[in-house]
Amino acid sequence: MNLTLKIWRQKNADAKGGMETYKVENISPDSSFLEMLDILNDQLINEGKEPVAFDHDCREGICGMCSLQINGQPHGPGRGITTCQLHMRKFRDGDTIYIEPFRAKAFPVIKDLVVDRTSFDRIQHAGGYISVNTSGNTQDANAIPIEKHNADKAFDAATCIGCGACVAACKNASAMLFTSAKVSQFALLPQGRVEATERVLNMVKQMDLEGFGNCSNTGACELECPKGISLENIARMNREYLKASVK
Amino acid sequence: MSGIIKSSIARKVSMGLSALFLLIFLLQHLIVNFSSVLSAEMFNEFSHFMGTNPLVQFVLQPILIFGVVFHFVMGFILEIRNNRARDVKYVQYKGSANSSWMSRNMIYSGIVILAFLGLHFYDFWFPEIGYKYIHFLPEDPNRYYGELVEKFHDPIRVILYCLAFVFLALHLLHGFSSSFQSVGFNNKYSPAVHKTGKVYAILIPLGFVFIALFHYFNSL
Ligand code: HEM
Ligand code: SF4
Ligand code: FES
Repeated sequence: MNLTLKIWRQKNADAKGGMETYKVENISPDSSFLEMLDILNDQLINEGKEPVAFDHDCREGICGMCSLQINGQPHGPGRGITTCQLHMRKFRDGDTIYIEPFRAKAFPVIKDLVVDRTSFDRIQHAGGYISVNTSGNTQDANAIPIEKHNADKAFDAATCIGCGACVAACKNASAMLFTSAKVSQFALLPQGRVEATERVLNMVKQMDLEGFGNCSNTGACELECPKGISLENIARMNREYLKASVK
Repeated sequence: MSGIIKSSIARKVSMGLSALFLLIFLLQHLIVNFSSVLSAEMFNEFSHFMGTNPLVQFVLQPILIFGVVFHFVMGFILEIRNNRARDVKYVQYKGSANSSWMSRNMIYSGIVILAFLGLHFYDFWFPEIGYKYIHFLPEDPNRYYGELVEKFHDPIRVILYCLAFVFLALHLLHGFSSSFQSVGFNNKYSPAVHKTGKVYAILIPLGFVFIALFHYFNSL
């Protein structure tokens, strides 16, 4: 496949960036999107140019590191996948592909396509954990019976990999899907109830401090989420927040 | 109020509540207005009651005004804040791939409704307030039907009304089910809420369109 790539280039966080055009040739339809970018970077290095910086790690859809807004969609076309799971056969020979960083005030660009997603870490630190006694006499978690339905829902919420596609897709750059998944994975379990009140209040407060937008219930996040995290979680977070506010 | 503005979830829930309230109001308003199609006496009776009942006039009406003002002011606040949350825009943004046009353009359908409300108040509410509370004219329980019909002689007004109802339908196609989600209602009944929302969003504006057209063609 021969492709034209329009890629966002930005030297550093403070530089003014812009779109640049590149051509790549003889790309196998079976290569992954990130492999295609590797080929482009080899080409750039051989030409003595600066390669395009982009995030990636596991390349098997589990770490959430790869990002990229491809043709206006986070992780490109296709549902339930990350960019590392996207293959070039989704595109056609001769296509022009737009590649941009995830855009949100709370995800500032570090370089080219790499954005700083530590705002998610700070939301996690604000309450996305349970306090456990680790002195050696920790109770076996399996000793507490949990209703199957709740265990399943908690597990579904816990599959969130913190990739940020929900924020990137949202017209408001809202982080409600991510935050609600991290609230729900504990809210549904007895171990999580102990600190439930402060958790939801603190995590939502941090989310707002980071400058994420509000939720308009467009549902874009749910559709673009590689793990299929449901809007149900946002409704649950709203209920948790209301409950916590009147306590 | 400042607490509501500070927390994103408080903003969301209060927006949802004001919207749910408006949804109930709209249904009530349609029922009263639809009576004008059925019989002039019935419409006069309803209107006389609504126009003179102290509970309606001095409790429900102020709540309604507050609800409407809160709703659109919060709508603008959300719009401004949400714009700020993405300071650098995408070169390519394919919203249609994952969300409906209605859900992405609530502010625009809302602004059209707001403009319509201006016209609607000019047509009915300001004259009514002037009649009752400024000029203190004597109440005539049979004046309402005539006042209504007179307004719909004008084809321009009828067209503007109908156009506004189209935008109301667009607003509600997303808004109805969205307001349930906003207040935290998402469970096994949600598919039914979605379906009801689609029916409501089409039928209610269509009802208003019918009333406007009915009186226009009746006046020819
Ligand atoms: C009778 C008139 C109206 C009705 C019945 C109505 C109904 C609704 C409903 C049901 C929602 C969904 C609420 C939610 O998602 O929580 C909504 C949202 C919205 N409305 Fe209205 N609305 C009306 C008038 C207006 C007006 C005049 C504006 C003026 C700008 C407006 C602006 C908005 C905006 C911006 C939203 C989206 C809020 C968000 O992003 O969550 N609406 N409306
Ligand atoms: S909710 Fe989905 S899209 Fe958002 S961070 Fe988690 S895995 Fe990524
Ligand atoms: S690189 Fe780990 S999810 Fe894509």
